[in-house]
Amino acid sequence: MRKRNKGACAIAAVGLAFAGPVFAKTISVAAGPDAQSRLQEALIGAVPGDVVELGEGRFDLTDGLSLDVAKVTVKGQGSGRTILDFKNQLGAGEGLLVTSDDVILRDFAVENSKGDGIKSKGADRIVYHKLRVEWTGGPKETNGSYGIYPVESKDVLVDNVLVRGASDAGIYVGQSRNIIVRNSLVTENVAGIEIENSYDADVHDNLATRNTGGILVFDLPSLPQMGGKDIRIFENVVVDNSTPNFAPKGNIVANVPMGTGVMVMANRNVHVFDNMLGQNGTANVMVVGYRYEHKDPNYDPLAKGVAIWGNQHDKAGWDPKFAGAAQIAVALGGSLPPIFWDGAGGEAYRPIVADPVPALTLGMADIKATPEQAQPSMLQPSTSLPPELPRIMLPEAMEAVVR
Amino acid sequence: MRLLLAVAACLALAVAVKGKPATVSETAIVSPDDPPLLSSFGFFNGGPQRPSSALLPYALRTPLFSDYSEKQRFLYLPAGKSYTVDTEGRLQFPVGSALIKSFGYHDAAGKLQIIETRLLLHRAEGWVALPYVWKADGSDAELKIGGARKSVQFAKPDRTQMSISYAVPNKNQCKQCHSTNDVVTPIGPVWQNLSFETVAAEKAFAARGLLPKALPSTEAKWNDANSGSLEARAMAYLRVNCGHCHKPTGAASNSGLFYDDHARTLASLGIGKRPVAAGRGSGNFDFVIDPGHPERSILIHRMRSVDPGIAMPELGRATAHDEGIKLLEEWIAAMKTG
Repeated sequence: MRKRNKGACAIAAVGLAFAGPVFAKTISVAAGPDAQSRLQEALIGAVPGDVVELGEGRFDLTDGLSLDVAKVTVKGQGSGRTILDFKNQLGAGEGLLVTSDDVILRDFAVENSKGDGIKSKGADRIVYHKLRVEWTGGPKETNGSYGIYPVESKDVLVDNVLVRGASDAGIYVGQSRNIIVRNSLVTENVAGIEIENSYDADVHDNLATRNTGGILVFDLPSLPQMGGKDIRIFENVVVDNSTPNFAPKGNIVANVPMGTGVMVMANRNVHVFDNMLGQNGTANVMVVGYRYEHKDPNYDPLAKGVAIWGNQHDKAGWDPKFAGAAQIAVALGGSLPPIFWDGAGGEAYRPIVADPVPALTLGMADIKATPEQAQPSMLQPSTSLPPELPRIMLPEAMEAVVR
Repeated sequence: MRLLLAVAACLALAVAVKGKPATVSETAIVSPDDPPLLSSFGFFNGGPQRPSSALLPYALRTPLFSDYSEKQRFLYLPAGKSYTVDTEGRLQFPVGSALIKSFGYHDAAGKLQIIETRLLLHRAEGWVALPYVWKADGSDAELKIGGARKSVQFAKPDRTQMSISYAVPNKNQCKQCHSTNDVVTPIGPVWQNLSFETVAAEKAFAARGLLPKALPSTEAKWNDANSGSLEARAMAYLRVNCGHCHKPTGAASNSGLFYDDHARTLASLGIGKRPVAAGRGSGNFDFVIDPGHPERSILIHRMRSVDPGIAMPELGRATAHDEGIKLLEEWIAAMKTG
């Protein structure tokens, strides 16, 4: 084993030596007057291998920034010391947009962007490390949608970031594959972390607290990539997600009930295990189908292959906030159990639940059924677990960045 | 027709010989360095409104809205070279070609003041997009790869006086709109959407093309009710104003909302489609297009807004396009309710 690792390292080192550009340089950009044009010109003028180093202080920006050069590192002096401030932003849909591969973003903050915080699209092997994206006024409907927003990318690493105040999701990974989100703090967002229409993700060692919903795994119709699958949510702390939903209506997360811990909608093979879950007024874990009208014949609205085990549960379900929940709670003695499934698809779709707490099915097998038609009953615990999904492995060079 | 084209070609040649000799530098177009001054290319004879006689002016029946700016468009083709037209009507230009587009506003005295000139240069390695901003004295324009902002006053067609911060896009933003599969490509020159201010300009332009026997027929003009149905005019507007990003190979590919020419479905047009990553762009509405209800369609909400977190398109939108909004409102209002 040891010998094999050494070999792999040697190969990686050779690969790096050949891939590395000859004249890599550091372009330093200080805060101060004309920060917009100086920083944007640095991001355009960089060549592969360069580091754009942001100085300490507050960069007062008037437009979104963008990076379209591969293999560039954008590095600040720390997420409390280098602040890209977008409170005077006049244009563009996000604070920083990355559209090139092999980019590393680290050690800076993005504050109060008018749209999304940092978006990366079609940007493979991107690393987000030690960043802070924050809407400093706390939860407000007028805040931007996503804090950290990689989309349509392969190999995504989000490590050690903080996102606060996103009016949709703090960390949102969409239509991507091979993803790790870890060691991060998401608070006072509508959704803390959301993995949507994506394949192969590990979400672990995060703290999701005081959001409306902590960690969401969704699949939505009418998108280029659908059929989200193979996602592991483990060793996270998902507690006290008690912020009233402040998402603008119309967005899917506007329907997430306050007090949601982990929510799985319409995905396949989602494993939720070894998390600490509690103080979530609606549920610690919720598994549901996509119950909205859609016009996509290729879309499967049912959740399938969901397994829940090894989690620690504290109090949950005492104030469930979805339609019809209050009546069901009354019927059950005033509270919902910590885990529930809406029953979408019937028995073949029943999640495997092996946690030592009560779990409920709402018995709404028909995806078109409404909460008034719910036929709640307790879910029997399972003893046999599904085969574990493989651990997500990212290219060694990405992991080396954060070591 | 062939004879006519031949005559036109002779005329064009005659004009070229008679006028000031062309001074365009093909080296500047194709060399990998981006010149800091626009004058290096020789496209203009000392001022934004004195184009070289080697440039072929053209216009578009349905143009992209950019904050009510006036636009002047020119094509430069290398000497002796021609463009072709593909089966979808897209003009294909040889290496060494340049598309030149100037933006400006009429001042209070009615004089057109050009702010900037954007170039698309066809180099051996592909197209490159560069923004140049004119100096105050109009003598030359400077490359601003990081973009720029200028405060501008102008009157809208309904005579409302506007004062905006006009944005010159940075080099990346040029590419954002002009990219297909991450490669810079021209958007405007599509045969069915071309128009010309004079017959002479049309002839001169046509004379430089190797035109196929079958050419697509002219498409509806967004603001001319005689040019096509309401639907056809709305689709022309959407293709030009939205379709460059909202296409499967464009910057908004992840939205699943597509206004280019590819096979359309109700959902891909936004009809009854719920938003995906709209955030507060949703405006508390459920559907991109709610048939029969422009007042609760996200598309209209985002066209009306000038807030950068909501406004669509994302660039050139310090102002809402009242007339474009009206067209799309009529189109949505006329749809059968679901």
